[in-house]
Amino acid sequence: MMWYFLMSDAFTFGAFLIAYGTTRFAANGWPNPNEVFKSYPGAGENPNAPLVFVSIMTFILIVSSVTMVLAVQAGHEMKKSRVVFNLILTIIGGLAFLGCQAWEWTHLHAEGAWWGHNPFLNSNGSVGHQDFTNFFFTITGFHGFHVFSGVIINIVMLIMTLLGVFEKRGHYLMIEKAGLYWHFVDLVWVFVFTCFYLI
Amino acid sequence: MEQHTSYSDVVHEDSHGGGTKEVIKVTIILSVLTIIEVFLGFWMIGMEENGFGKHFVKGVIIILMLAKAFYIVGYFMHLKHELRNLIMTIIVPCGLFIWFITAFLFDGNSFRTLRNKYNPVYKQMTTEKAPATEEKKEEKKPGQE
Repeated sequence: MMWYFLMSDAFTFGAFLIAYGTTRFAANGWPNPNEVFKSYPGAGENPNAPLVFVSIMTFILIVSSVTMVLAVQAGHEMKKSRVVFNLILTIIGGLAFLGCQAWEWTHLHAEGAWWGHNPFLNSNGSVGHQDFTNFFFTITGFHGFHVFSGVIINIVMLIMTLLGVFEKRGHYLMIEKAGLYWHFVDLVWVFVFTCFYLI
Repeated sequence: MEQHTSYSDVVHEDSHGGGTKEVIKVTIILSVLTIIEVFLGFWMIGMEENGFGKHFVKGVIIILMLAKAFYIVGYFMHLKHELRNLIMTIIVPCGLFIWFITAFLFDGNSFRTLRNKYNPVYKQMTTEKAPATEEKKEEKKPGQE
């Protein structure tokens, strides 16, 4: 059943990203992401480190996906303590990603970017396309919301595991379903990261 | 192998095809793909904005992204080891995306071409350099609907 929900969610994100692509194709000018996203926490006044911070975020999410896979595998072997361990790591990874995204948003907002306001110039020198920030905050916000809900779900899974619910049921299939959701969140980030930062 | 309930028998059957080794292998593949993508992203920085080189590298990045998606869905989400029917339930609707993306990007491009052709004011305003003054000028985005 989770697969069916994920399909609908995939089309929602797909619609957002395709709208972003269409707007970008319809625009004469668009900001260069390497000019916009070039900072990281503690960088100071004039940072010039494009792709660094977002790569770290991507790795955090990939690693949290790996720990989720390990949690599911431990569930197949009915090893409760290993499930708990890997779930905790996954939750930490999710929270770390959210923290990073929150920093990115705060940093951009401090530079004047927000829904309805784009302080960055297009790469051809013209006044920045307003939809650049609109799309960025909407799509990363929607994705961040999914990460947040995923973290909540994982915390619930952790509590259920600790309470021995799955031992009693005789299987950890619920963890597997939560895992599907978490991998979906990671998958969406792969697309969002590529569309906004790379191409 | 396991004593699952009948629900899981329908969906999973003998689907536990991967062990820790497979997880490590896929993790390394994903990491390598990401590192290559980031490297290509850096490489693109020096390239000319609308040149062939940049578009080609973007195309390669997209292919790498699709490869990553394949590995995440196939191995982490375990789809590769599921029943054929479930795999098809996912793959076939996602085939819609191919039309979705091409149609809309073509549409966006055509919109831009036509708009530039029939609205020279818009074309001029969106390609001229922004004035050098600070704050106030950024508020206005000309021609945006």
